[in-house]
Amino acid sequence: MTPTTIVLIVVGLLVLWIIFTYNGLIRSKNQVDEATSDIDVQLKRRYDLIPNLVETVKGYMTHERETLVKLTEARTAAMAAHNNPNATMAQKEAAENMLSGTLKTLFAVTENYPELKASQNFLQLQDEISDTENKIQAARRFYNGNVRDFNTKIQVFPTNIFAGMMKFTKYEFFQASEGERQNVKVQF
Amino acid sequence: MIRVTCYVIRENMYSQITANKRKSVFLMTIFIAIIIGLGYVYSKAMGDTTYGGVWFAIIISLGSTMISYFAGDKIALYTSGAKAITKEDNAYVYRLVENLCIASGTPVPKIYIINDPAINAFATGRKPELASVAVTTGAIEKLENEELEGVLAHELSHVKNYDIRFMTLVAVMVGAISILANIFLRSRFFFGGRRSNDREGGGQLAAIFMIVGVVLAILSPIVAELIKLAISRRREYLADASGSLLTRYPEGLAKALEKIQAENMPLRQASTATAHLFLVNPFQGKSLKSLFSTHPPIEERIKKLRTMGA
Repeated sequence: MTPTTIVLIVVGLLVLWIIFTYNGLIRSKNQVDEATSDIDVQLKRRYDLIPNLVETVKGYMTHERETLVKLTEARTAAMAAHNNPNATMAQKEAAENMLSGTLKTLFAVTENYPELKASQNFLQLQDEISDTENKIQAARRFYNGNVRDFNTKIQVFPTNIFAGMMKFTKYEFFQASEGERQNVKVQF
Repeated sequence: MIRVTCYVIRENMYSQITANKRKSVFLMTIFIAIIIGLGYVYSKAMGDTTYGGVWFAIIISLGSTMISYFAGDKIALYTSGAKAITKEDNAYVYRLVENLCIASGTPVPKIYIINDPAINAFATGRKPELASVAVTTGAIEKLENEELEGVLAHELSHVKNYDIRFMTLVAVMVGAISILANIFLRSRFFFGGRRSNDREGGGQLAAIFMIVGVVLAILSPIVAELIKLAISRRREYLADASGSLLTRYPEGLAKALEKIQAENMPLRQASTATAHLFLVNPFQGKSLKSLFSTHPPIEERIKKLRTMGA
């Protein structure tokens, strides 16, 4: 075997490794992006449900104008952060948590309105919204799992060298549940 | 909590599935090696150079298992008396499954309910797109929200890990081995005497192969069956682990298993053919020896789940 052959084999193997690594990274990255859009679907569902909720509740809750205004504002803020391409993950998260918090406050106050609690329409909306909250959590968990896989991939040796050259960067995790719990405490 | 994190990092979602597929290939290789070895000894002992017996065994086993591969889900659902539900029928169960599917990134399976007071559940379907999940009414009524979620997550993990497909392949191999062994043991009595007259010179060698063949024919089906059961039990642990990864709450499934253990109630409609599909062995109370069981002992599973959460 001549030195040229050896060099060619080594170069060939290296090229193969680069192709496989690159494709693997792209696949993982797309998985993360897909997971992000899954979260968006659920967030959007929540944005769409809130105006209905406000409409339904308005007639009953005459003394809670402020809460409703806050809710609408929180929704607008969350949508703005969501659609703003420059907003950081933390900012989006804060806006969404704010929205979750106001929703929880609203549902807590509805306890004082027995007629509202008897409304079929309201109960259904409440059900839908709390289900959407659960789905947002689930979608975030899926996102986090994918981010973990991707981050691990670009951090392990020797892929990290290649990933660094190709400017692959780590994704951020969601830490929503902790933040949400605290937000509610502030609200009450 | 630190242990949970370590665990999660180690049990990477996709790599676990990849590892499963790799292990499947490895096990298939072992089984094929056993079949070839058995076939070799068989043909040497019988003077059969066409390997006809081996092909016969493989084809029969493949045929019978293909039926279970393509119709197995329908058979399992039918024999257990499961009824399909929609979101309107039971929004609670439907949403639990739906949310778990979002968290695991799999399509929502068809959901069935079995009218039975025992707490149990099973999943079937050869790939996630064609999967079905069934739960008993007992499970829905007696388990708390997070317990039922743990149970469903376990079942969905079976689907996601391609356990049904894998166990089908294992069944083909085990079937082929036991058919081959059967042919060998039976044909020995029919043709054994004549052959020693035919071939004078190779008589001694053939006799050795004959003895080895008989021993193998007796042992290999047992060994194959034991390997199959061991794999089945391993898949249960795996589904427990990946289910916990999905809910992030191993305690939910642990509590559900505790309730099942305390009840110790066998399922009314259960058959050995579908036993490996269920959350816990549907024949419990009949005290199966753990080596010959499709499921690991419940206490052992609870213990493992608790160490995950500790």
